[in-house]
This record gives sequence, structure tokens and C-alpha cells, in this order.
Amino acid sequence: MNREGAEVTTVAGAESSDIVRNLTRWTRLLRYDTLRMISNADSGHPGGCMSMAEILTCLYFEVMRVDPRRPDWADRDRFILSKGHGAPILYAALARKGFFPVEELKSLRKIGSFLHGHPDISAPGVDMTTGCLGQGLSAGVGMALAGRHDRRDYRVFVVIGCGEMNEGQLWEGAASASHFHLDQITVVLDYNKLQFDGAVDEVCAPGDVRGRWQSLGWNVLEIDGHDIPQILGSLRQANECRGKPTIIIAHTIKGKGVDFMENAFLWHSLMDNGLLTKYVERMQHELNSDPDRFYAQCLW
Amino acid sequence: MASTLKGEKTIPTRHAYGETLVELGKLNDRVVVFEADISKSTQTYRFAEAFPDRFFNVGVAEQNMMAMAAGAAICGKIAFVSTYAVFGSMRACEQMRTSVAYPKLNVNIAVSHAGLTAYDDGVTHQAIEDLGIVRSIPNMTVVQPCDAPSTRKAVMAAAKIDGPVYLRLTRIGMPILYDAGPDFEIGKAIRLRRGNDVTIVAIGDMVFQALDAAEQLAIEGIGVDLLDMHTIKPLDQEALLESVMRTGAVVTAEDHNVVGGLGSAVAETLGEHRPTPMTRIGLQDTFAESGAYDDLLRHYGMDARHIIEAARKVMGRKK
Amino acid sequence: MLREKEHDIEKLHEIARQLRIDSLRMIHRAGGGHPGGSLSAADLVTALYFHEMNLCPQEPDWPDRDRFIMSKGHGCPVLYAALARLGYFDRSHLETLRKFGSILQGHPDMRKTPGLDSTSGSLGQGLSVGLGMALMGLRDQKPYRVFVMLGCGELDEGQIWEAAMSGAKFRVANLTAIVDYNRLQLDGTNDQVMPLEPLDDKWRSFGWNALRIDGHDMRAILDALHRAAAHDQGPTVIIAKTIKGKGVSFMEDQLNWHGVAPSTEQLEIALAELDP
Repeated sequence: MNREGAEVTTVAGAESSDIVRNLTRWTRLLRYDTLRMISNADSGHPGGCMSMAEILTCLYFEVMRVDPRRPDWADRDRFILSKGHGAPILYAALARKGFFPVEELKSLRKIGSFLHGHPDISAPGVDMTTGCLGQGLSAGVGMALAGRHDRRDYRVFVVIGCGEMNEGQLWEGAASASHFHLDQITVVLDYNKLQFDGAVDEVCAPGDVRGRWQSLGWNVLEIDGHDIPQILGSLRQANECRGKPTIIIAHTIKGKGVDFMENAFLWHSLMDNGLLTKYVERMQHELNSDPDRFYAQCLW
Repeated sequence: MASTLKGEKTIPTRHAYGETLVELGKLNDRVVVFEADISKSTQTYRFAEAFPDRFFNVGVAEQNMMAMAAGAAICGKIAFVSTYAVFGSMRACEQMRTSVAYPKLNVNIAVSHAGLTAYDDGVTHQAIEDLGIVRSIPNMTVVQPCDAPSTRKAVMAAAKIDGPVYLRLTRIGMPILYDAGPDFEIGKAIRLRRGNDVTIVAIGDMVFQALDAAEQLAIEGIGVDLLDMHTIKPLDQEALLESVMRTGAVVTAEDHNVVGGLGSAVAETLGEHRPTPMTRIGLQDTFAESGAYDDLLRHYGMDARHIIEAARKVMGRKK
Repeated sequence: MLREKEHDIEKLHEIARQLRIDSLRMIHRAGGGHPGGSLSAADLVTALYFHEMNLCPQEPDWPDRDRFIMSKGHGCPVLYAALARLGYFDRSHLETLRKFGSILQGHPDMRKTPGLDSTSGSLGQGLSVGLGMALMGLRDQKPYRVFVMLGCGELDEGQIWEAAMSGAKFRVANLTAIVDYNRLQLDGTNDQVMPLEPLDDKWRSFGWNALRIDGHDMRAILDALHRAAAHDQGPTVIIAKTIKGKGVSFMEDQLNWHGVAPSTEQLEIALAELDP
């Protein structure tokens, strides 16, 4: 595969407006749940949750084959949140999907809760324990190999962060997925370009991200990670790709949707809970008075 | 006599580390610092601001960072490597062993989020195995100071040791114990209370639980010989043996799995030199979970109350 | 192209031949070691130690010396042979390889062997160590260069790519990595075990200057080393295509000569080929 010859793949969506409207609703709700959880726990990582809200919504509410009544269903699609510090929004998605009561979200990071600071496989719906960056893709490769061996047709979705690309293990995993032709793996890169210590370019030059994945034999797609039709289109293209794994480079904004958080890398972790709590109250008020009564029923 | 200062200001020992690095940087221009993208957490950002040309952020790549520090140390630098204890001791373990400890280089591995001090981040960020792992590597010195002042001294001392030092730090604030306290010397335990009924050996944040326990036991008339065993390797065997010769019973207290850490180190020494009834306080070979620090200590049997119970019981087993 | 005098090239060929002979004798005497990877790297090691590198064998710790790291530490016999030939230690030590009490360990130990710049043998770590050295050289405005020899199987290690990314970030133009690309690793060919191609694209995508050469063509090696020195924008990798076991017909391209010592009869045949 030649980098120069590669075309920039833009993915056009052809989704019905009903689907998009529905997913937009869930995204808004997941953002609310997540911020409320973090404010409630007085701890957590809001920035990286906000940046992947649309991605998680599309996966859980449209694309992935999961059944909340059977969290251990052998044929379910697998999801690995390799950037484990984004746990709150995964928990919100799982709760809203019905894997456990929404009430549980109040227990984030509390003793006795299964909603640990980073995802733990003991939580219903969580397929892999994560939180140490760089390990999720390797686990996904193992799951995909097992699926192939067992002749199951499930897919494996892995969401990685951009800072995570510094970890060498990620490239070990990427080489393996390609070597074993694991086309059932789709990695989504939440490319918000900010890591803990600053901009990705300042901390550790990521170089030519697209070229690197291509040089490892991956199918590479590039999208706006907040554009629901593009997300759905790319996930569909990934499902159809044969013989190699797909990475979707999703350009996102850290803290997306919250004015004071957007592109503010200090909001990687909880910066100011007073500010956040006020924001959540305001958001609650807005959702409660929204003419779409869907939100009012979902508040907690 | 030192005592816990409840309600007083607390300082995470990682903060003391970050501040001391800057002082060290001023004193010695051979000091260089490597960081893996968590400088605001490990507090090395202070050094980065003061000495940008001696600070190297390698991104989220701990294995690479560890071996880079080895390269710098080979070129005559005093290298500090900062990350969380889980990553410093486990992800980059073999690099630490082969590229740093084996050639005995002056690479100081300063790691935050020791044990349950990582509290609500959960198991992935709670290092409860690191003391055992690191202690088993030849040439290593392993230290966990309990408060900010002793951390300052430990950082200064580590730079002077011509070989690797593993420095374990806390995420959460610790009271000030040694404000104008005794001289801190790596490898020398500090006696915080003198008593003849039971020895309590504690390390790091557990020193404060042990102090609480000792005070309450004193009310009952039980005299505790309390040692702050901040250096787990080399272990101060002399202080330990002198103490148990008088008391005849030991409780160890560590924010770590009871397998491999302080309890094991003490048991090894006593087993060879003076078998003594003992009880190990720490995580009982289990992972913990997310939660508040105090709740976790209570739930996993590591708070002062459990140390008191252990002390009473172990005294009953004296020969 | 370089204008190295023809007799210089011939001299280097002769040294490489001697290093191959020494390596095989050492491994035979030790009854263990890695002949395949020593022979494949012999021409590269010769070019570095007997032409390119700025060294002072009388003063092994000279602060301004160029550094070399044998990250593929199992290839150390050929390095030991080069160091002995340069006078870092007496040649008689070569007979003690891998023996108890020897200064020549089975994998390089910088605390035991004069002239060694690092301890290595655990694959994947050498590039990071070299990067640390190169970075200190830049910071201290020292003129030295750092060369790291990597095996091809070693490129499976993620740590290599961590170092690659960091090397690009810190623009260490004084760092040169050389891949001894003999295409064989322990369990088979690279393609069977874990494919590496397109390898130059991969390094470029990490921000490196990448050159491809024939690792047994002395003129090409010298030329690539000069081009690496001239490239001042960042680190360079020289991907040197080599043949495992090069120079001994029955060892060439043979996987089973990765880590086996030749018998006395095999040694005789090999030496006859190398020293006709």
C-alpha cells in the first residue's frame, strides 16, 4: 500500500433522518448522564467522554449486535474501551441500553459499586477490563481470533485515544490484527488531538497517522467524529471490508458540547466541580423544559 | 513524640517530590527528568517549567522512557523517571530490570498512586504488587516515605545513590509528621514510639494508621514500639531485631498486598534470625476496587482499628 | 557516491572476513552462541568500527566518542571480535566467551567488557537507550553520534516504535539505527511470523529518514552512513538487507543456524571457505 497513492476516504452518510434524530437524542442524553455522574463522583475524566459521545451512541444504539438481557450472549459484538478513562460515558450507554438500572450511575467510583473508575469486566455489558492505555487492541485481537476459531460472526469494536498511540503495545496489536487478517476488528480512533500533558503534537509527534496504519496493512477511513451520518457510514464500510482490519480516524473535539471544556486540555480530568455542577443543573433544566418530552422522562 | 495531626493541612508526597526535583535541578545540572504524559499528576511539570532543556516528555510510552533514562544515565546523568506505580513497576518492569538495575545505573524511578492512595481510579491504577516486584530485583533500593518532609529528603538522597532507587509516592495528601523531625536516612528505620509490648512496623501512608493505633493502644496500657520502615530494601534488620527482642510480637502495616511487600520482608528477616509471632496488615491477596480512601482502608481491613485488633491478637501468641 | 579508495574497501573486506573467522572460533569454543546473526552483521560492524566511528580504544570512556549499541545482543561475538581487534582488551579473552569469570558474557554487559557502551540482550530496548544517549549529546552539545544495531525480529517489539516516535519528536539527527535485515527470526521468516513490509514506509510514517541498502556491499554501507551523517533534520534508519550466516555456504539463509555452535568438523569446513 502506497501512502502517496492513497485517497482520503470521506464517508458520506445516507441515513434516514429518523435514525439520525433518534441518535442525536441519545447522544444528548449520554452527555448529560456522563457529566452528572462525574459531578456526582467529584472525580473522573469528562473531556475524553464528551469527544466520543456520538461514536458510542452510534455503536450502542444502531450498529452493535448486543442484547442487554443476555450480557454474556456468545454471539454478541464485543466492545473494548481501550481509553478506559472514558468509562463514564460507556456506563451511561450501557445503562440507557438496559444492561443495568440508570440508578446505578449514581454509584460511579464508590465503594461496592461495579462502576469502577476504569471499566471492570464485572460490570454488566463491559467486555474487557481496561484503563492501562495501549492494551485494548491486543485483547481485541484475541477476541477476534477466538471468534474466528469458534466460527462465530461477531465483530470487535475498539475505541482508542490519540495519546494512546504513543504506547508501543498498540503497534504490536496493530501488526497482529493485520497479520491475521482480522477484518472483524474495527478500531475507532477518538482523535481529539489533546493528551494529558498537552497537544499530541507537543507531547509526542504522532507523525503520519494515516500512513502508519496503512503501512501496517489496515483499511483506513477518516471522518468527522461528531457527524452521525459519517460515523454510521464508516462503521458500515468497515463491516463490509474483507481481509483486513479497519481503523476509523474520527476527528473530534475534546470536551465537545460543553463550551468551557471544548479543546481545553485541563478538562482531561475534572478541573472545577463547582463549575461542572452548575452546568449540569442548567443542562437538567434545559432538558426538563425541552418540548421533546423524551428527555424529561429520562432525567435523574 | 510525633503524632498524627488530624485536621491539619495534608500534602500528597508526589507534590513534595515535584517541588524537590526543582531544588535538585538547581543544585545539580546533571539531573534530568523523563515523563510519560502525566506531568501534572506526577508533578514533574514544575521541573519542566524550571528546566525545559532537561525535561523529556516521551508520551504514553513507559517502556521506552525507562530505557531512555538508562541511556541518559550511561552518559553521566542523574535520571528521574516519573509515572504511576502500576506502570513504572509492571509495564516497564523488564526494562527496569535489564536496562537499569543490571548495569546499576543512577535512574530513580519515582512513582505516584501507591496502593489504595489511587482510591477511586480503581484497580488499574492501584499498585499493590510493586514493592514485591521491585524488591526482588538486585541492585534496587526501595523507599516509600510517609510524608512530604521525608519525601524531600528521600529525593535528595536517591540522587546521591549510584544505582537505581524506586521511590513510591501517594496520590492523596498525607499529614506532616517530620516537620522538624529526625534525620532521614535511606536504610535506617525511624522509631516513632518506644514500647515493650508489641512492635508495629509500617511503611508509607500506613504509618499514620499505625500511629493512630499506637495512641489508642497506649490508652489501654499497651506499649507499642513503632517503626517507620520507609526503606523496604535494604531493610533495617538491626532496628527490627532490636525491637522484637524487647516486644516478642510484630504487626506489619502496608498499603500493598501482604504477599511480597513489607510483611514478607519482615517475615524473611525474622524467620532467619528470630522467629516471632506476627500478623500482616495489608490487602489480603485481593484486588481492591474504586472508592474513597478511608472507606477502602476500612473495608479491606487496613485501618487503625484492624491494626489494634491484630496487635492484641498477636500479643496473645507470645511464647 | 563515495570516493573511498579501492584499497580502503579491500582492507575493510579483509577485516570483516577476520571478524567472521573470530566469531565462529569463539562460538565453537564456547559451545554456544549465535553464528547466523553475527555473520550477517559482520560487514556493518566492520564499517562502523573500522571506518565510520570516532573512537579512542586507549580511553574507552572518552566522553566524546561515538556510541554503538548492539540492541540485537545475541550478535555480540562479532562485536567482541571487533573490540579485541581495536585493542580494547587482549585477544586471548575471545577464547573465554560465555565461560565463568569471563569479561565476555553471552549477551553484552557494559560493566564487564571494556569498549561496550550499553548492556543489551533483551530485544527492543536498545533504540530507547541509544535515544537517551543521543538526546544527552544534543543537550550537552557533544559532537558524538549514536549507532544502534537492530535485528529484524526485534522490530516486532512495540518499544521500538515508542522509541521511533520519540526520536522523531526530539529530532535526534545524531542517532542512526541500522536494521540487520536478514529476514529470519527464531520461528521462521519475518513474513511467516510477523510481516514487516513496507518497512521503509513504516519508518517514514514515524518521521524517520529511511535508507535501504545491501548490507554486504561495503561501498553502499559507507555511503549510507555518510548520508545519515549529512541528514540534519532528524534520525536516520538504514535498512540493510543481509543474509543470515553470510560467508559460510551451509549457514547462509538457514534458520537452524540462529543459535547453534558449529562442531569441530563444521568449523573446519567454514574456516576453509572463509580462509581459502
